[in-house]
Amino acid sequence: MIATDQLSLTFAALADPTRRAILARLAQGDATVTELAEPFAMTMPAVSKHLKVLERAGLISRGREAQWRPCRIEPMALEGVDDWLADYRQLWTERFDRLDDYLRELQRKEATSSDAPNRIDVDG
Amino acid sequence: MSSRTYGATTITLPSDTELQMSREFDAPAALVFEAYTTPEHVKRWWAAPDVEWLACEIDLRVGGSWRWAFRDADNNEVAFRGTYEAIDRPARLDHTEIFEPFPDEVSHVIVTLDETDGRTLFTSVSRYSSREVRDMVVSTGAGEGAAQVFDRMAELLIEIG
Repeated sequence: MIATDQLSLTFAALADPTRRAILARLAQGDATVTELAEPFAMTMPAVSKHLKVLERAGLISRGREAQWRPCRIEPMALEGVDDWLADYRQLWTERFDRLDDYLRELQRKEATSSDAPNRIDVDG
Repeated sequence: MSSRTYGATTITLPSDTELQMSREFDAPAALVFEAYTTPEHVKRWWAAPDVEWLACEIDLRVGGSWRWAFRDADNNEVAFRGTYEAIDRPARLDHTEIFEPFPDEVSHVIVTLDETDGRTLFTSVSRYSSREVRDMVVSTGAGEGAAQVFDRMAELLIEIG
C-alpha cells in the first residue's frame, strides 16, 4: 500500500501530458534523455526537468553507472494509482452488479406477464 | 483510447478532470434508461440494500431536479442532487451532480446508452471543476482494493493518457 502523500506526488507528476507521453515511451523500454527529447521537440533541459519530477514521484529511475544514465519506468508507483482506482471501481462494480440483477428481474417479470395466455387483469 | 475491463466494469480517466465508467447490461436501452430515471427502480440498485432511503426524487425534464438521499448502515446520511440538462430517451441523459456537503462543487455527468442486439453499453462521463476535485471524488470510493498485477501498467498508462 502506497502512502497518500506519495500518491499525491504520483498524480501531480501524471497530471502533465508530456510526462505521461514520456512514461508511455518508457513502458516500451529504457531510453536516454536524448532519445526521449527527440519526439517532443523539446530542449534537453526541459526534458530533464520533467524527468526530475517523474523521478521524485518514484515513477522512473535513472542509471547511476553509465554516462548516459538511461531512464527506466518503475511499475510499483503506478500500482499505487491502480490500487486507488480499484476502490472506486469496487463501489461502481457493486452498484452496476445490483443494476444488472435488477434488470434481469424486471425482464423476467415482463416476460411472465406477457407470456401468460389467459392473463386476468385484476387492476382493470 | 484503450481501456481495461476489470470484471464487467471499466473505469478510465479520459482527461485530468474527467472520470468515465462503463458497463454492458443484458437489457434494452429503454429499460436501462427507466432503471436510471424512476425512483422505485433507482432505490433497488443505486445504494447498498441495507440503507434506509430518505429521498429519491426525480423530476425528469430539462431543468428539472433530482435528489437521492439515504442513511447507510453506519448511520451516515449521504445525499446527492442535481438538475437534468438534456434528455434524449433512451440514448442519452445529461445532468449535474452535487454531493450535498460540498454544494459549490457542481459536476457535469453525461450518460449514454448504446444498444446493440438487445444489450446496452452504459457509459457515464463525469466532469469535475478541477483535477483535485476529481481525484478526491475517486479516492472517496472506499472499498476493497483488488489484487493488482504488473502487466496492467502499460494499459493504465494508455487509460490515463
